[in-house]
Parts: sequence; structure tokens; C-alpha cells
Amino acid sequence: MNKKTIVEKTVQLGFFLCAVVAIFAVCSITVYMFLKGTPALSKVGVFHLLFGTEWMPTAADPAYGIFYIILSSVVGTAMSVAIGVPIALMTAVFLSEIAEKHVASVVGGAVELLAAIPSVIYGLMGMMILNPWMYKLEQAIYSGDATHQFTGGANLLSAILVLAIMILPTVISVSTSSLKAVTDSMRSASLALGATKIQTIFNVVLPAAKSGILTGVVLGIGRALGEAMAINMVAGGTVNIPLPFNSVRFLTTQLVSEMGYAQGLHRQVLFTVGLVLYIFIMIVNLILLRTRKKGVEHD
Amino acid sequence: METKTKISVENLNLYYGENHALKDVNMDICANAITAFIGPSGCGKSTFLKTLNRMNDLVENVRIDGRVCLDGDDIYDSGMDTTLLRKRVGMVFQQPNPFPMSIYDNIAYGPRVHGIKSKAKLDEIVEESLRGAAIFDEVKDRLKKSALGLSGGQQQRICIARALAVQPEVILMDEPTSALDPISTSKIEELMEQLKKQYTVIVVTHNMQQAVRVSDYTAFFLVGEMVEFGKTKDIFSYPQDKRTEDYITGRFG
Amino acid sequence: MISQKRKIADSLVYGLIYLCVALSVALLAGIILYVFVKGVSHVNWEFMTTVTSVLRGTVGIAGNIVNTLYIIVITMLIATPIGVGTAIYLNEYAKPGKIVSLIEFATETLAGIPSIIFGLFGMMFFGQTLGLGYSILTGSLTLILMVLPLITRNTQEALKTVPDSYRNGAIGLGAGKWHMIRTVLLPSAMPGIITGVILAIGRIVGESAALLFTAGSAKTLPKTLSMLFPKIFQSGGSLTIQLYLSATSEGDFDSAFAIALVLLVIVLLINMGTKWLAKRFDVSRIQ
Repeated sequence: MNKKTIVEKTVQLGFFLCAVVAIFAVCSITVYMFLKGTPALSKVGVFHLLFGTEWMPTAADPAYGIFYIILSSVVGTAMSVAIGVPIALMTAVFLSEIAEKHVASVVGGAVELLAAIPSVIYGLMGMMILNPWMYKLEQAIYSGDATHQFTGGANLLSAILVLAIMILPTVISVSTSSLKAVTDSMRSASLALGATKIQTIFNVVLPAAKSGILTGVVLGIGRALGEAMAINMVAGGTVNIPLPFNSVRFLTTQLVSEMGYAQGLHRQVLFTVGLVLYIFIMIVNLILLRTRKKGVEHD
Repeated sequence: METKTKISVENLNLYYGENHALKDVNMDICANAITAFIGPSGCGKSTFLKTLNRMNDLVENVRIDGRVCLDGDDIYDSGMDTTLLRKRVGMVFQQPNPFPMSIYDNIAYGPRVHGIKSKAKLDEIVEESLRGAAIFDEVKDRLKKSALGLSGGQQQRICIARALAVQPEVILMDEPTSALDPISTSKIEELMEQLKKQYTVIVVTHNMQQAVRVSDYTAFFLVGEMVEFGKTKDIFSYPQDKRTEDYITGRFG
Repeated sequence: MISQKRKIADSLVYGLIYLCVALSVALLAGIILYVFVKGVSHVNWEFMTTVTSVLRGTVGIAGNIVNTLYIIVITMLIATPIGVGTAIYLNEYAKPGKIVSLIEFATETLAGIPSIIFGLFGMMFFGQTLGLGYSILTGSLTLILMVLPLITRNTQEALKTVPDSYRNGAIGLGAGKWHMIRTVLLPSAMPGIITGVILAIGRIVGESAALLFTAGSAKTLPKTLSMLFPKIFQSGGSLTIQLYLSATSEGDFDSAFAIALVLLVIVLLINMGTKWLAKRFDVSRIQ
């Protein structure tokens, strides 16, 4: 081998090693999540841990039930998607079908910026604006109710609204590009039959773009499920059944607020919370892969 | 046979920005006949076709003056509802463009957007339209299957059936066979013969043989100008204009 | 009449669409305006250049600024070559097959993992297993994994736009592949790579959940210049972490909004930078 081939081979190996880092990272993350997340399952008991509804980690007789935490994450994500997706879709329709070019570029730029704003700022805004509103609402609804535990507005509803806002940019940008990918011949065919522009958009263009839109929605679900800091600032901090005006804990916020001081079994249970979140995210990722593939086949 | 004017075009001019794309076109189009527009590509024949159901409205920077009257009413009148106009003047495109949905839903699409909801009524319209487009027997067992699974020729007849389903009076066809094989082409041509009994058919074609085979009237376009218009027989046998003669004898285009 | 009914339905839908668009735009405008109004009076020279200290009675974020810069520099110094290298391997060397789809799958998966999981993993692996504790280095190593997909994907996109004739031209002149990559490919792909790098910096500036349990929250400045290097083995809170602490445990909302304003300005600059690059990039491609 001459010198040139040795250099070429070495360089190629170098690039290959770079590429393997990603595989190595995913493998080690997965291994660590399971390694650290499973011990508590056997110590507390799978059923007691996952389906227990009592969370008293620092009591003399501690209880480690994370069912309400899981439920809060599921409900919070589902509700924020239910609110955010329609708004995002309408905005995407505007960007792709209705707006003139310069208007679309202004609105599109705004959406891009929304995506870039750090989540702690969303949290801060939620604390300062949303929570006081929610508190007023809470006072109006529960005035004179002796059993309700007042949250000062830091509740599930606030978290859902913040999440709904935070998933907007993702869903908007993915949906917009899939709407734009629908060929004009579909639009012409519909208009030539006497359909109005709105009928054309909702009966032909949106259905034709559905696999791309679905991808956007799944991405939004992943984003909502994984968001931690912003909702930790607005959701209160009690493990509770996820009702709109209850202070709640999510899988993510449970980690943020207790990982700093938890010891022993409590800490191990938190790792299990992390594992549950990781499994949810992996499921979302796999669904995403599926919908993306379907989209490609469809084309 | 007595002839009745369905569409009359008076002094029609169309501009794409600065480009004068149609120059002072005048024409009376007969009901229950097939009128063909021929000419080299870029001559304005497709553009002219699209002025008849105002599909040009969708293009940016288009300006139109002159009159296009459908049964005596100017379709460019400000009170004209384009959706109702397009219901009366249907269109079939060059590339078959069925929607990515079932055959049934493709045909029922038009009636539905015009407010028909009854299942029985829709069933009836779908069958009637598919029969009208001579494709019912080929697809009757797979109405719920995607229209995208059909061959190009079948897709084009689905598109014709889809246009028929809103019970139009006029059907515009923009080079409907240029993307199809010869067998599918002859099926569509036979179908056009059937259609003219009920409808006024206007077809743009770059295929002169097709114009001779199917049409009753022919208009020849060249760089935005309508050079000659008359009975197909006359145009092809005794062209009045030197440019028409050059074109049909294959000297250019 | 049906036509009339349709018109009314259409206008309702149009109204709904405009409402949603107005909401999205108003959100952005509202956030920027609110943060600006609440924060602007607290952003001053002292705030930017001192460290919060009870003894001296100062409130400042100089330490957090230095920490953030530190984290950005270390993360990008390591993540950029790896990300670009991955993209080059995928685009220039690898033949389609199991390995490639595995690497692409891994990159996609990394991109889908939320930052709190990265934080958890970073704390367990870099912090505990490797014994780095709460430190700027732990935080940076964690963030490398997080921004890797961003750099890889942007570089891949950029490499795809380099025409094959460039590659063949260089190879045809007798250049080795490595020489071709260095002299032809990387320069032509540079705008795309820089875009990826800037986007990654933006992500780091805004990141908080992945840093809380890795880089920690200390806000002190290194006492002397020679202490700057050892600082990477010490805890260091970024701007976002300080914002979080100011708004929650410290209850100092003035500082929280001041930091929010600083962050917003950085985010805006980064956004403008990538936009400018994209525009310029396209123009040069047309030429």
C-alpha cells in the first residue's frame, strides 16, 4: 500500500467512526434508561409502581404510585394536541392556500420565530399571564366550594394551553409543506366542478395531504410529551388526578422537580419515571417512522 | 338539423401581464355539436378554452375584456357566480386527475359540493354518470376502491364521468387523449360522439386527425389569433386562409 | 338557495382561518412585546457584567453569559466535526444498506428524544459513571448528542445540492477522494454547514432541561484568567437555567424578564442570520 491509499483508508475510517457515534449514543441511552429504570420496578412492584395512585416518597411509610403522573402526561398531551392541531392546521391552510406571497412570508417568519423561543420563556409568560387568568377563572368557578384546593392558577389547564402553543410551530410547518406538495391539478379538478375554494381545500387538498399532516401531528405529540421546563413552571406541583383545575405533575416535570434532591429508592423510582417517558417517546418515534414511510410510498 | 348557439364570444382579449395572449376572438359555438380548437402549441387554444368556464381567473395577472355569453348571459358579468358557471360548463383536463379517493367518491364529489346528500340520489347519479362515460361495466364491482388503481384511459373516463355528474350543459376537454394510448383514445373519441347528443362539447386537440374524426366545427388558432372557424369539413377541404392551409398540410407546427 | 348557504359557510370558515392566523401572530408579538416592556429597564451594563452577590449587593448575569458561551464553544467544537463527518460518510462513502439505514434511524431517533431524557442520561453517564459531576463539561457532552442530528441533517442537505460534476471533475483530475472532499465538497457545502451550526447554537442557547442536572446552576465567574480552563470541570448555570431559577425558587421576576429579553435578542439574531444565509445561498445557486 502506498502512502496515498493509507491516508484515504484512514480518512474513510474516521468518517465511519463519526457516523457510528449516533448509533452508539442511541444504544447507550436505551441501555442506561433500562438499567437504571428497572430496579425500582422489582423493589416497589410493577403494579404498585405503575398503577398506584399514592405518591408519598418522603413519608415514614413511603408510597411510590406514579399512575396519576402517567395519566397527567397522557391527558395533557392529548388535550394540547386536540387544541393545538386545529389551530395549526388552519394556519397551515392560510400559509399554503390563501395568503399572498408577502403575507405568507411574514406569517411564516413569525411561526419560525415561535419555534425558536426557549421553553423557559414560554414558562415565564405562562406564569405571569396565564396563571393569573386561570386563578380568576378558578375563583369564579369554585367560589364557596370548601373542598376544592385552590392552585393559584397553576394547574393542568394552564399546562395544556402552554403545550398547545408550543406545538403550533411544529405542526404548522410540517402541514404547510405537505399541503404545498399537493399538485395543482387536484385543485383545478375540484374548482372546475364548481366547488368553492374552501370546499376544495377541505374536501380535496387536506385529504390528499393527510399522511404529511399526520406526521406533523405525531411530531407535535412527541414535542408535547417531552416538554419539561415550561410546564413545570405553570402546572403547579402536586401529584394529582388530572382534572382541569388540579395542580398536577407530568412525567417530565416529576423529573425536573425531584431529581435534584431525591435519594435511594425515591431516586430509583424517578429513573423509572424516566424510563416510562422514554418508552412513550420511542413508541411515538416508531409511529413517526411508519407515517413517514407511508408518505413516501404514497408519492 | 337546426343549429342553436350555446356560447357566443365577442371581441375577447386576454392579457398575461404585458403579454397579449388572445387577440379579439369572435365565435359562436353550437349546441349539441363538437367544436374542436386546433393550432400549434402556445397558440392560445387552451387559454381560450379556459376563458369559457373562467378557470383563467385562478392565474395571477390575467386581464380579460370582451364578452362571453352562455345562453345570452355574459359570464364575466360581476353578478356571475363562478361556482354555478362551472357547474354548467364542466371540464376535462389533459392529464387524468382523479382525486386520491374511491371511484364512487370521485363521481359523487361534484353533486356533494353542490349540496346533494341523499345516498339513494347519489347512488343513482354515480351509476348514471359512469354509464354516460361508458365505464360503468368496467368498474361497477370496485366502486369503493381507489380511482388511482385504474389505467390512464380508465382514469380519464372517470374524470369525464365526474364532470357529467353535476349535469353540465357544456363540456370542455383540454387535449383529453394526449396522455393516452391509441386504444384508450379511440374509446374516448367514441364517447365524445355519444356525449354530443346531450351536451355541447368543445375539445382542444393538437391532433388534426382527431379533429377531423370527431368534430363538427373547427377553429384554427395561431399566436393568440383565431385565424379561421367553420364546419370541420370545409376547414380541412377548402381552407380560406393561407396560414390554415399551411398548418393542416403540415408545413409548420 | 344552496349557493347562498355555501357562501355563508365559506365566510365562516374564512373567519375561523383568519382568527387562527391572528392568534399565532399575536402570540409572537405579545411575547416579544411583553418581555421587552418587562425586561428592558433591568438590562443594563451592571446587570450584564457583574455576578449576583449578596455580599456586594449586585444582581448580574455575567457568570451565566460566560457559562453559556463556554457550553456553546465546547459543544460545537466536538459536535461539528462529528456531525459533518457523519453526513460525509452517509453521502460520499456509504453504499445503501443496513449500516446506512441504521445510522439514519439512529439520527432520526436522537432528533426525537426530548431534552429531559438527554439530561437524565447525561447526569447518569457523564456525571456519575464517568465521574464528571455537575460541570460545564458534563453539560456540553450531553448537548453534543442533542445537536448532532441538526448538524448531520443540514450538512447532508448541503452535500446533496453539490452537483456530481464537481466531484467527478476533481476525481478526474487525479485528486484523491479526501482531497476532493477538502477542496471541492466542503467549500461548496459550507453555507449549509454553517446554517446547521448556527441552528445548533440556537438550540443550545434555548436549552434548559438537558442542562439542569448536567451543567448545574452555579453563577460565579472564574476568579482569574488562569481559572478559566479548570472551570469546565465545575458547575455552571446557563442563561436559561438562571431564568428558570429566578422565576421559580428565587422569585426575582425582574431578573427573569431581563434574561428573557437577552435570550430573545440572541434568538432573533440567530434567526436573522440563518435567513440571510439561506437567501444568499439560494442566490449563489441560481448564478
